[in-house]
Amino acid sequence: MRPFQFSRAPSLSEASHQTAGDNTLAIAGGTNLLDLMKLQVETPSQLVDINRLGFADIEDTDDGGLRLGALATNTETAVHARVRADYPVLSRAILAGATQQLRNKATNGGNLCQRTRCFYFTNIDQPCNKRDPGSGCGAIDGIAKLHAILGTSDQCIATYPGDMAVALSALGATVQISGGKGERSVPVRDFHLLPGDTPWIENVLEPGEIITGIVLPAPVGGTQIYRKVRERSSYAFALVSVAAIIELTDGKFSRADLAFGGLAHKPWHDPRVGECLLGQPPSAELFEKAADILLKDAHGFGENDFKIPLTRRTLHAVLAQATEDAA
Amino acid sequence: MADTITVNGTAHPIPDDPRVSLLDFLRQHIGLTGTKKGCDHGQCGACTVIVNGIRINSCLTLAAMHDGDSVTTIEGLGTPDEPSALQRAFLEHDGFQCGYCTPGQICSATAMLEELGADWPSDASESLEGRIAISGEEIRERMSGNLCRCGAYANIVAAIEEVAAGGQS
Amino acid sequence: MTVHFKQDEPDNSNRLDRMKQGVLGKPLPRIEGLAKVTGTAPYAAEYPVENCAEGVLVTATITRGEVASIDRTSVLSMPGVIAVVDDEKMCTRAAQGTANEAPMQGPRQVCYWGQPIALVVAETFEQARDAAKHLKVEYREEQGAPLDPNAVEPEEQEDETVHQGDLAHAMAEAAHSVDVSYTTKGHASAAMEPHAAIAQWDGGKLTVHASLQMLNYNITELADALDMEEENIRLVSRFVGGGFGSKLGISEEVVAAALAAKQVGRPVRVVQSRQQVFQTVMRRSETTQRLRLAADANGKLTGFGHEALVSNLPGEDFAEPVLQSSHFMYGGENRELMLKVARIHRMTAGSVRAPGEAVGMPALEGAMDVLAEKVGIDPVELRLRNIPERDPEEGLPFSSHKLADCLKQGAEAFGWDNGPRQPRQRREGEWWIGTGMASAARVHNISETRARVTLKADGTALVETDMTDIGTGTYTILAQITGEMLGLGPKKVLVELGDTRHPRGPGSGGSWGAASIGSAVYIACKAIREELAAKVGTSEEKLDLREGKTAGGDALTDLLGGNDLAREGHYEPGDIEDDYTASGFGAFFAEVRVNHYTGETRVERMLGAFGFGRVLNAKTARSQCLGGITWSIGVALTEALEFDPRDGHLVNCDLAEYHVPVHRDVPDLDVVLVEERDGAASPIQAKGIGELGMCGGAAAIANAIYNACGARLYDYPMTPDRVLAAMPE
Repeated sequence: MRPFQFSRAPSLSEASHQTAGDNTLAIAGGTNLLDLMKLQVETPSQLVDINRLGFADIEDTDDGGLRLGALATNTETAVHARVRADYPVLSRAILAGATQQLRNKATNGGNLCQRTRCFYFTNIDQPCNKRDPGSGCGAIDGIAKLHAILGTSDQCIATYPGDMAVALSALGATVQISGGKGERSVPVRDFHLLPGDTPWIENVLEPGEIITGIVLPAPVGGTQIYRKVRERSSYAFALVSVAAIIELTDGKFSRADLAFGGLAHKPWHDPRVGECLLGQPPSAELFEKAADILLKDAHGFGENDFKIPLTRRTLHAVLAQATEDAA
Repeated sequence: MADTITVNGTAHPIPDDPRVSLLDFLRQHIGLTGTKKGCDHGQCGACTVIVNGIRINSCLTLAAMHDGDSVTTIEGLGTPDEPSALQRAFLEHDGFQCGYCTPGQICSATAMLEELGADWPSDASESLEGRIAISGEEIRERMSGNLCRCGAYANIVAAIEEVAAGGQS
Repeated sequence: MTVHFKQDEPDNSNRLDRMKQGVLGKPLPRIEGLAKVTGTAPYAAEYPVENCAEGVLVTATITRGEVASIDRTSVLSMPGVIAVVDDEKMCTRAAQGTANEAPMQGPRQVCYWGQPIALVVAETFEQARDAAKHLKVEYREEQGAPLDPNAVEPEEQEDETVHQGDLAHAMAEAAHSVDVSYTTKGHASAAMEPHAAIAQWDGGKLTVHASLQMLNYNITELADALDMEEENIRLVSRFVGGGFGSKLGISEEVVAAALAAKQVGRPVRVVQSRQQVFQTVMRRSETTQRLRLAADANGKLTGFGHEALVSNLPGEDFAEPVLQSSHFMYGGENRELMLKVARIHRMTAGSVRAPGEAVGMPALEGAMDVLAEKVGIDPVELRLRNIPERDPEEGLPFSSHKLADCLKQGAEAFGWDNGPRQPRQRREGEWWIGTGMASAARVHNISETRARVTLKADGTALVETDMTDIGTGTYTILAQITGEMLGLGPKKVLVELGDTRHPRGPGSGGSWGAASIGSAVYIACKAIREELAAKVGTSEEKLDLREGKTAGGDALTDLLGGNDLAREGHYEPGDIEDDYTASGFGAFFAEVRVNHYTGETRVERMLGAFGFGRVLNAKTARSQCLGGITWSIGVALTEALEFDPRDGHLVNCDLAEYHVPVHRDVPDLDVVLVEERDGAASPIQAKGIGELGMCGGAAAIANAIYNACGARLYDYPMTPDRVLAAMPE
């Protein structure tokens, strides 16, 4: 960890101002940032502690939705009565990630910004275009079991490792951002970016911008499932995960909001996957068709080829379970 | 702004170097070595302490972020003369072997029982709502952030189950 | 006064059973346990040492070559930095277990990616950690270091080779035969306490607090590395946060701390980061194994073949002894066994809990399950039919053999269904459910050792040895043996371990600790008993001691008359080692569920039944078995070291990505202790139990996966991707 100046932000505007500066980062829970600072993957010269800025509340919105303060912890969010009752896919996704100790510290805003677990990204003595632009991608011809099968580029095949954002994507949540240019809202589905030629740019945040909240739309009900496939029964990152909000009317799909983790540089949301289900009665053939659409452009890098059939089968299992629960 | 951390009831000044983790603060600066460093990256749970009633990994937070906070470590839960119920249960059930993960397991379990009591759901919970029934599976999921390489898990769970059922009090 | 005993004959006198205190074998809580559960037990890095500087290792970023230059100025001006140490005596690898000499030295020569090449010393840990990342190093790299164990011509380990009869012919003639290949990935010990040392000098005398398993060897290794006399070195390891082989020999931080402390003239602490522990200490080699089993129509083996390929760095003697128990496990007169080592430039391969059997037995026991299916008999029955009368290669008798009892008692306790077996018979929702079993074996080792027992004038006893307790229960069992022999409650016995000021113990490793050190303590106690017996005019054999008194009512304190009575026990294994094949045996039974869609496997319940001689403490022995079974789950399902194919570096070098089983991976476990007395194993009739619990257990899980879902896998660990690839539609 390099030396840095540490200060506590007196206000959001001051935090914005400071983090707009060179090599300055905001710290909230710190569970990912400090991990990476110890490895010198992150080397800020200034850290601005935003923990006591107050946007930690979880409160109802006027349209019946829910606003999750960016500084609310993952735990506070997962155990919140309304989240449990109205957005169970979100509770489930959060509870499937990390450990209780980490969720107790990690914040919602920080969780959206967490960085990839790619081995080559976290080892500063290996090439990584994300950490060290132009140095190459160590994973493409290296150990790539955890890596992406969708939306990759020849610069980067890393995955976004989080669970919470996958559920937020399925829910169609919105990220509230505050910064030098004022406030703006970005759909979660557009918040994270694919690597392209700029894998170091992982989301739409501009310097000085700070996430202040996440807004969930009014509850849609339905059967909500978060399924995470992992190599340990707990405390492991997803090989693949599926967030699903499913509703059947008269034996046919009337809602099918699906998002996927472990597959790409961002939570993967392809509206065509859900759309192909709508108006159709559930069947194994239909589930296969949905998987075909999802995986049409998928390709692996050897070690992670298995993610293609695994995703297909997991989607099948989730849809089968959801249809059973909904019926 | 207070610039002290209260550890087991005693206030200590925060060190000058902001890089000092809460874990290294406890171990190196105030001599409370009961809290262990197993990985320094939030991956093993040996450094688990209770901050303002909530369990966290002390390795993944800076001492400087905790001014005014109240920290309870293994030394604050009980002593050789007056061990806590969980400490006694771990001893009785042989819920440890080498002992290195043990303070983290016990701090974690102490806070975990509170979380269960508050009906916080877990990944293992059948339902997200209502009372959470204590079961081996619930305890195992909730304790999964505390690795034990000796493989004392079965005994740790037995110790926790006994205390959860009101034993060793 | 030292009492020497060399064991040439089995001791079936059951002396310990005739003692009167009644404490040996009892499930007592650990005597050091209160210190551990209250956080007051000090581990290596935790000793308060005045004016201690902090050292952090710098590691190589090339695979093979030379350090051309180190630019000290790149860090010496950084705040707090005191020194850069790159002494030629620094070690670049950890010593192998029982090496008894310095490991590879000379940090300028690089043999693997991640190898220590220097140490940066600073006032604080934070300063040293940062400076270590900034040290500028230039290399002369040698390209083309071999990294793939399958791409080099391997060396045969000739002392492992067995050609007996004609296996090819037996396979051709067999009513049933199996010829299958297995692979296992590398494993890490991943002890929870990272490798650590605090070194301090007092003139020419060096004291190091370190995290080590075998101080009796480690002191020689350190003396050799530093070119010093052993009497000028003191090593202290009172509490060791797990070892599992990784702390058998001294590691890089011990020597580096000693050299740095000398160079900077003050104490230096060096704690390896978790990533460094993964990359610089020891890996269990990956293996490729071929099993050939030839059987007659009844499943009786006529041929047995086991060949294995493992790897290590050039210059290392250690080769994962995959075939260790295969030599005597089952009969079959036609035998082919061969072990080969590929020389490659991955980090050092060495001992990780149960070297050999941990990966050899899962392959053998997987193949036995395939054979049972072919023969069409119950897999328990197949094992029972193939237990040899004598060692099938050496012709030696077994010192004791509890495999049949373990199989039967284990099957009974588990509720094993010995009816016809077919995969895919039970499904609950998405999950296939099935059962599997496997045998366990782990060779018995024993070692020369010394311990001093002092019966104090006040009627308490003191046991002193440099033996360590790495979580195995040594403190407690030595108090129990002493208490049993001298008629004292265990609270009256103080046990001091882990300090080279005490007599040399055997070290903790190879499961030989308890039987070896227990025997030295037993011998010392017996000598004390002889003295006491003389004082009351009886023989040692007839002396009954209980609660500090003789049967005649004489208090020990009176007999001692204000004097301490001390004896040093010196145990040496003699001819028994050559006259018998000695091993612990056992059986595993597992029930698993496998998800049809995702290939995820969860162990629902698991039981192990083990026979390992006398049980010294039923609680800690059971815990050792639980630990072994837990490791079996890791071997079967989750643990795999991954190495980069281009530079050989260990990629998943942390506890997030190297998947040690977590709480939720481990269900309720059952242990059946099959009591026995093995007089040819040791004077106290005990064998080891630290490793047996993981020697084959992974196969019980693998066989259960097959029984559950029909996926027959030959590659460990059986992660979801592999299970899915083998899953029938």
